[in-house]
Parts: sequence; structure tokens; C-alpha cells
Amino acid sequence: MNLDNRDLLQIYRMMLLIRRFEEQCVEFYKSGEIRGSLHPCIGQEATAVGACYALRKDDYMTCTYRGHGQALAKGLDPSEAMAELLGRRTGCSKGKGGSMHFTDPNIGLLGENAIVGAGVPIAVGAALSAQLDRTDRVSITFFGDGAVNQGVFAEALNLAAVWNAPVVFFCENNLYSEMTPIGEMVKLEQLADRAAGFGIPGVTVDGYDPVAVYGATLAAVDRARSGGGPTFVEAMTYRLVGHMIGDTEPYRTQEEVAEWRARDPVHTFPQRLIEEFGVSQAEVEAAQAEVEDHMAEVVRFALESPWPSAAEIAEDIFA
Amino acid sequence: MRELTYAQALREAITEEMDRDPNIILLGEDIGVYGGVFKVTEGLLARYGPERVRETPISEAGFVGAAVGLAMTGKHPMPELMFMDFAWVAADQIFNQAAKMRYMSGGRVKVPMVIRTQQGGGRGNAAQHSQSLESIFTHIPGLKVVLPATPYDAKGLLKSAFRDENPVVFVEHKLLYATRGPVPEEEYTIPLGQADVKRAGDDVTLVSLSRTVLHALEAAEAMAQEGISAEVIDMRCTVPMDLETILVSVRKTHRLVVAHESHRRLGIGAEIAALVQEHAFDYLDAPIERVGAMDVPIPYSQPLESRVLPGVDHILEATKRVIA
Repeated sequence: MNLDNRDLLQIYRMMLLIRRFEEQCVEFYKSGEIRGSLHPCIGQEATAVGACYALRKDDYMTCTYRGHGQALAKGLDPSEAMAELLGRRTGCSKGKGGSMHFTDPNIGLLGENAIVGAGVPIAVGAALSAQLDRTDRVSITFFGDGAVNQGVFAEALNLAAVWNAPVVFFCENNLYSEMTPIGEMVKLEQLADRAAGFGIPGVTVDGYDPVAVYGATLAAVDRARSGGGPTFVEAMTYRLVGHMIGDTEPYRTQEEVAEWRARDPVHTFPQRLIEEFGVSQAEVEAAQAEVEDHMAEVVRFALESPWPSAAEIAEDIFA
Repeated sequence: MRELTYAQALREAITEEMDRDPNIILLGEDIGVYGGVFKVTEGLLARYGPERVRETPISEAGFVGAAVGLAMTGKHPMPELMFMDFAWVAADQIFNQAAKMRYMSGGRVKVPMVIRTQQGGGRGNAAQHSQSLESIFTHIPGLKVVLPATPYDAKGLLKSAFRDENPVVFVEHKLLYATRGPVPEEEYTIPLGQADVKRAGDDVTLVSLSRTVLHALEAAEAMAQEGISAEVIDMRCTVPMDLETILVSVRKTHRLVVAHESHRRLGIGAEIAALVQEHAFDYLDAPIERVGAMDVPIPYSQPLESRVLPGVDHILEATKRVIA
């Protein structure tokens, strides 16, 4: 897998940045700076970072309304992202999209999506584009466990299979289809088993281990890049907060949350870096300090950014 | 000038544009070997190969979604919905994705694609294969909507649709494919958003679109026998809408009938009536009349269907009411 200490520190730094970014979002939501829908990915940072570390900047990607982590891990500027959340003109979508629609074609990000499953066929289309261009670009689509019950999900997997499209279907199985246990909504133990029905290989990986996620994603990416076609990767993960702000969470126990929290990779990874990979304590602390400094700058930029003007309302409808 | 059928004119437009732009990719059900159920894409698979003329599974949401992804990454796809009624199956990808992607991204992406489909009744296809849905597409910001009535317009407008950088819903009519009309040999395009005065007149304005334009022209001819001079305007596009051509005519004739095959309730006629009274109220000498399909699902049985869909007689009756 060839991850050296610099890579591992970068993975840690990005996981921590996403955690701080999301925590800041929750704060801004509570203070009224962020409006509308907010679905933090707190607890799911390792899947976003591990998977995106296996991608190139020019690879295509779609994700979901819980996609801040993936967008940042793919390379979205956190300042532009936070400005977008605050509805400012400097936001990545000039304040027109908000939390659920981060888009940045410069890093291949073809959009988060507020419709469950809708980004999946779009990613297949992008993969087809790469195939038609005879490039070795690949496409990845992130979706949750709930999305596997959408009709368009099945259509997209089938299309990718018959077209041998270079796409990675990345399922973040956080055990809950919004506020309902996925086990009540799907008869299979592992969602990756669904891939076989489409003639696509499926693997399941520990989504709380960023190194394992990286390895599984890289294998799928390599397969797609070399013309091997699509792969379904299921990462077992858990969101440590509610589905959205205000979720009262009657569908799960505090004990279950505590079990996952004990394994929280943002907290446990530094120790592993030191003990397993020989990273120094000083390097870990330097990474933490960098993230704090960066986030201070992100917050400053967003708060000082100008609002869009009414004259911009009817812009950007047609090219 | 040579004459082509509506289907031939469409095929010629697709062929010329595919020759011009290698990024144009066709996707749809049975569009390859079979040539499409109305034979519009006949021969294109042999000419362009299976990468550019791509047969799809029966998965409208899936392949329209894939077309959105193709469009966002530099291609210019043309997904074909075999019947307009199937647009509901792909509704999320059309209305929530294609139409809004540019806006939601603050203009950072574009979605150039032509959703080709056909609509309308008159063949006994019943309620799930006979709808006319242009009002739905017109209502959602972010889509352009084109409905040609003649072979000449079909070719010129389809070529422009391919040169547009936005999602264009290109709506044909199943009873127009065999109609014939003049189409010049030399290349031409017709800009989107330009209505066409199909017949000039002074006494009443008939605004129409798609196949109903042919009914309006027939009605105008019948009125001429009775000494009434009707001006027939073919909207050709509902987005962008050429309101000015309609207003110029109404200021001249002072009387307006809008006729379309979609349901009367919230049909394009309702929008035109509202816009004309906003912009030219003082010019009107009579209430605006709307002719459209009855507000019922399209029935199968011939005597029922022909009563539900508007025809020449309905336009004549409405015209008599505004002229009386």
C-alpha cells in the first residue's frame, strides 16, 4: 500500500480538519449562522479520508448531503466550503447551494446531492466519459446504506456493470437509514453482497480504520483504472452524532454510541501512528496545531466574506 | 425545395451534429439496431458505432442520470425517452439534477444535454402513452423546452438544441413523424426562443405549438373562407418564450386564442393569457380563449379520445366566441 509516515500524518491531519470543520458547523448552526439542513459526518471521517487518499485530483466524485468530509478530503478549500455554509458570495457555490450541494469541478467534485441515491448514476456517467476519452480517470460515488434501497441505485449498478465503467461504488454503512436501523430495511447482513446480483465484486472493510479503507479503495480504484470495471466497497462506519441537527436519536442506545466512540479514529489514530508506525509525538502535535490554525483562518474568512447581492439571484441558471 | 418527413429531418439534424461534434453521445432504449420505435435514429448505430449510439437497459432514471454525469464532464449526451410519459420515471434526474445543477453550483458546472422525446395522443395509446407535458417542464427553472411542428423547424431547432450548453427538452409529436415539408439542402439553424408566424392575419391571433399548429392552420384556412383573417403563431419553444411576437400580433388583432394538446388546466394557454393581460390588456377587445385537452386522463376508445383532445373544430368555436 506504500503509505509512509508523511502520508499517515496527512491522513490524520485531514481527519482532524474534517472533525473540527464539522464541529464548527454545529456551532454555527446553533448560533444561527448556518440555516437549513446540516448533516454532520462526525464519526465518519476515516471513510472519507481513507477513500479519497486513494484518488487522484482529476478523478470524478459524487457524494451525499453528508459529504463535507469527502469534499474536503478530495481537495475542496475549507474556507470556500465554510463561506458557502454561511451563504456568502465567496462560497464554493456563491451561496446558492449550501451544505448539501458542494461542487468543485477543479477537483472532480460533481456535487454532493440532497436526493438519496441520485449521485450514483451521475458518477457512472462521469466514469463513462472517462472511458470514452480513453483516459485512466476513475469515478467514485459515496452513498449511505439507505441508498441501496433506491431504484436508481440498482439501475446505476447495472449500467456500470454492462458498460464496464471505471467507477467505485463506495457505501458508507453507518447502520442507519436516516433514523431507521438498516437491518430492518435490508434482508442481507452485508450490503456488499448486493453487488453480486449485478455481476460486480463487493468487499466490506472496517470504516473506522483509515488505512484499511485506503487499501480497499485503492484496490477498487486500480481495478477501475486498468479497465477491470466497477467495484462495490462497503465501509462499516458510524455517525457519532444525529442524522441532522435536532435528531433526538430514539432509535439507538447510548451504550451503542459509546462503543463506537471508544474506537473513534480521530481520537485513536494518533496513538496508532506513534505505536504502530513510529511517528513522533511532536509530529502529531504539530499536525494538531496546524489544523487549529487553519480552522481559525477558515472561520475568519467565512465571517468576513461578503453576502451575495440580489442582482445575482437570476444568474447561473443557464450557461 | 426538397421535402422531407419530420423523422427524416430529425435524423438529418442528429447526423450533421454528430459529424460536427464528437462529444455527442446518444443513449436510449432500442435506439441502435432497431433505430428507435419511430425510426428517427435508424442507421446511426452503423454510422457512429456502439460507443456513440448507446443502447441502454430499460432504466430511464439510470441513463438520464448517466447523461447528467456525461454532460458535467465534457460530453453532450442525447438521452432519448421513448415516450414523454416515461419522463416521470426519470423525474428526479431531470428536475432535481439536470435543471438545478448549474444553479446549485453557483455556475461552476454546466449540463449540456438534449433530452429527446415524443408526446401527444390521437393514436389510441391511452393514458400512459399519450400525455402532453410541456407545461411541467416549462414550470421548472433550468430547462429549455422546444416543440417543433414542422420538418423544417424540427431540423433547425434540434441543431440549435445541440449547440446549447444547457439541458434542452426536445419534444416531438408521435403523429408528426410521417408529415412532410420543405427542408433546404443547405445547412441552417433556428435559434431557440423565437416564435414563428406561420400565417399572417389581422382579425384574430391563434397561438399554438407542436401538432396543434397544424390544427390552427387548418382552422385559419376555414376561417378565410368566411372572410376572417387569422394570424397563426407557432411558439416553437416555451423556454425561452418569445412573448414579444405574440404581443405584437395581439396589438394588431386585439383577439387571442391559445390552443394546445396538453390539458387546459394550467396549460401553456393559462400562462400566455396571464402574460398577455399583464402586457397588452388595453389592446384586447375580447376575453382570451384557451383550447386544450379536457382535464381527464387520455382515454383509449376512439370516440372518447377524439372528444378529449382538441381539434380544428374546437379552435373554430373558440375563435367565433372571441370574434362575436
